[in-house]
Amino acid sequence: MGHTPPITQWLHLDWVLLLMLGWLLVGLVGVLALRRLALVARVFFPAGGLLGLVLFGVALGAIVGSPEVAVLPIGLPGLPFHFRLDSLSAYFLMVIGGASAGISAFAAGYFRQGEGTPPGLMCLEYHVFLASMVGVILADDAYSFMVMWETMALSSFFLVTANHRIPEVRSAGYLYITMARVGAIAILLCFGVLQANTGDYTFANMRAQTLSPFWASTGFLLAVFGFGAKAGVLPLHVWLPEAHPAAPSPVSALMSGVMLNTAIYGVLRVSCDLLHLRLWWWGGLLLAIGLATALFGVVFASVQSDMKRLLAYSSIENMGLLFVGMGLTLIFSAYDMKPMAALSLTATLYHVASHACFKSLLFLGTGSVLHATSERNLGKLGGLIRSMPWVGWLTLLGVLASAGLPPLGGFVSEWLLLQSFLFAPGLPQPLLTMLIPVVAALIALVAALAGYTMVKFFGVIFLGQPREDKLAHAHDAGHWERAGMVWLALGCVALGLLPSQFIQLIDPVTQRLVGAGLGAKVGASGWLLAPNSLEQASYGPVIFLLGILGSFALAFLLVRSLYHGRLRRGPAWACGFPWGTARMQDTAEGFGQPIRQIFEPFFVMRRELPTPFDLRPRYRVVVEDHFWRWLYVPITELAAYLARLASLMQQGRISVYLLYSFLTLVATLLAVMR
Amino acid sequence: MSLTGLLSQLLEIVIAIALAPLMTGWVNQWRAWLQNRSAPSLLQPYRLLHKLFNKESVIADNASQLFRAAPYVVFGCMTLACAIIPTLSTDLPLAPAADAVALVGLFALARVFISLAAMDIGTAFGTMGARREMLIGFLAEPALLMVLFSASLISKSTSLTTIVETLAHREFVIYPGLALAGVAFTMVSLAENARVPVDNPTTHLELTMIHEALILEYSGRHLALLEWAASLKLFAYSCIGLALFFPWGVAEAHAPLAMLLALPALVFKLAVGGCLLAVLETISAKMRIFRVPEFLATAFLLAVIGLLVHLLLAH
Repeated sequence: MGHTPPITQWLHLDWVLLLMLGWLLVGLVGVLALRRLALVARVFFPAGGLLGLVLFGVALGAIVGSPEVAVLPIGLPGLPFHFRLDSLSAYFLMVIGGASAGISAFAAGYFRQGEGTPPGLMCLEYHVFLASMVGVILADDAYSFMVMWETMALSSFFLVTANHRIPEVRSAGYLYITMARVGAIAILLCFGVLQANTGDYTFANMRAQTLSPFWASTGFLLAVFGFGAKAGVLPLHVWLPEAHPAAPSPVSALMSGVMLNTAIYGVLRVSCDLLHLRLWWWGGLLLAIGLATALFGVVFASVQSDMKRLLAYSSIENMGLLFVGMGLTLIFSAYDMKPMAALSLTATLYHVASHACFKSLLFLGTGSVLHATSERNLGKLGGLIRSMPWVGWLTLLGVLASAGLPPLGGFVSEWLLLQSFLFAPGLPQPLLTMLIPVVAALIALVAALAGYTMVKFFGVIFLGQPREDKLAHAHDAGHWERAGMVWLALGCVALGLLPSQFIQLIDPVTQRLVGAGLGAKVGASGWLLAPNSLEQASYGPVIFLLGILGSFALAFLLVRSLYHGRLRRGPAWACGFPWGTARMQDTAEGFGQPIRQIFEPFFVMRRELPTPFDLRPRYRVVVEDHFWRWLYVPITELAAYLARLASLMQQGRISVYLLYSFLTLVATLLAVMR
Repeated sequence: MSLTGLLSQLLEIVIAIALAPLMTGWVNQWRAWLQNRSAPSLLQPYRLLHKLFNKESVIADNASQLFRAAPYVVFGCMTLACAIIPTLSTDLPLAPAADAVALVGLFALARVFISLAAMDIGTAFGTMGARREMLIGFLAEPALLMVLFSASLISKSTSLTTIVETLAHREFVIYPGLALAGVAFTMVSLAENARVPVDNPTTHLELTMIHEALILEYSGRHLALLEWAASLKLFAYSCIGLALFFPWGVAEAHAPLAMLLALPALVFKLAVGGCLLAVLETISAKMRIFRVPEFLATAFLLAVIGLLVHLLLAH
């Protein structure tokens, strides 16, 4: 790694590249031990997790540092890889490192023999996936960015199709790779626009260009489309609910909690760093897309009956919220309102971290449930908190964070986002001033619906009576799985309780991107989080938690000392009805029914109702979204139609093909003669 | 943190916990009178609590720790809510811990815990109650947030103490936006406190109950804590209403003596509010569960319109 100043002095970037290399090495060694599960699981995955932990630490240190660059002469001759580590990339690297440490630890206990791809190959794909994500974040020219981006897409495709013998898994994988291809083309075109005909594809050159509003907007729109396909914003969301359930749980966790963030990184990199122009309608567009995505995602999440599909829709919702945050940032910076832009950008970045923690945690929780019960259908689960207390209680933390409840991580970002909405009336554009409170109202609705969804998720899986007999003997997660989940749950709690400290960490990033930061103000108010002043708004999660716990303890002690602590167990009361069975609890469908009724226009519903004469009555409801019918089906039909047209030329007789050659020759000659 | 602040904080918590069942008794008394029944004593809720605390707690065989912890968590949440709402004084050391948004989050936390606890036993009523409670919650929560936002826009702050101080010091003008917000707030608080058009606190009719279905499996001290928490919630919502729409008479930081006047003012305002609640409950009929989303959507829209009206007039 060639740096001209003293070669002995290691920069953060060198460490990160070394860690990347380490991951690749772990993957390669994994292939050598192709079918030796114990070795791969107990040694290689923990080693990968350790590297993740180191990356977390290194990136944490790099956030405050100045940008570091490196040029590596790998790849094509004359086209070296440019790498750059600035505070934005360091922040995302920190999220990747932190989340992947937990997920790798979990994966060490997760993979079993005889599940599709052999463990060694899985190890290779997994670690190449991790390394390529780091590469995406570090890349400083379009060439290396695209190489890394495609490596990321391909390695995750192979991970998704680990159980490739199941046809649904294969089709989910192909849907995923198709959407990834479509997005990658848009990103490539975006870089083509940004380099402004100079032929130099380094990001440094793109930063130096000043584009006309038309070309800048074109580049921006292409970036939104390309990265939006990866993030799963409307209407490019279709792959998420298919690919996440198909993949093994640690991979789902990695894709949902970590990989989706690279799309957010991409939008931020292009719109706040590479482009200099700030047009308010860019922000308005992101806001509208994000809002539609968030509402769509949460409404669909609440009617799902497959636990991983439910979480996938919840990821769509969270990506929507992140787009809303970025939209607000762009609007505020278009009007040069730097403190406000910093506030909404901080909310966005905070949500990136908290989403990475709680969504990975929830996916890992479903993984443990899946292993213990081999059941993904919510309608066949229930009561697992009694047989799997570790998974149950840790998942509860993730559920509370995901529902945006204080004092956990999800609430802080929601709080910051609502704060930035509240002070939007300072905007000079009257239309925006009017619309933004309505957006805030919808965000509040999305947050409340997320609570509904999460109560359904946790309540149906972990609470109540087991809906199947085998669930009573479900085994709890092993040590490695527990360790991974505890690490991520700690992340949720830390993000919830230490917002001021974490925002000071984000400060250099917002300073760089929008020219202002919350660090100084937040640092001044100590344990309270007050982005502006104490009079205006404040939130003290530690006091909040102590308040609840204090009155909890006081009530407990007072009741015990003044009265008694007698307790008797008996059969459930249920209004005196003694014949209640597990089948009488609400199913996932039942819990989603009010939502299906209220938001009926959102869904395409097919119901099969039994007639009174059915000997084996069966109720079935299939809920689909309109986008399949109105967008994707027409596109596939168009493609099939065009293919049929093209096949008319394909006669299969050599004379016809000779005729084609002859006609082409004549046409070329005519063109040349002109 | 001043000594008077600490004292007023403690006084506020004690008064909230002590007065909340009294307020429930007061509303019940008025309701009985208005409905031509002979009224129970004003102290009936205290007797009920005492009786329940004395009884042993019977819980289902399969109840988990979550079920046992939930009453304490809900009680803790409601106590904290009463501690941060400026009812007697705006000089509250705990108030910076949570602003209006965090207050809504606090109510949501309590709701999620009680719903999860209701699902824990796995009876048909419990899950039904949880589903209905969350249904009401997800519609009422954004409406409440919008009401609080309307007040925040006037005072340019989401801190409850600042809101109360600003609103109490304005000249007597009627903000049309705030009036709409007031209607929305009334509707939301009826729904959130399981009062008549949405739920009936005295019913045990299986198919219509919401709040009662949630706490069906509780008994003894757990039930007592939940009943107390429900009273505290009614108290807290009344106090939010008073703070937003009738903020006069609340003592401020530099006037510790005003506390003496603040208590009678609060009792008077709560008494009048309790009468109005009883009247509202008497003249309206309980609606079907699937009319509730329409009712709450109206509240939500009213709150948003209130916000927009305020912004339009401010320009």
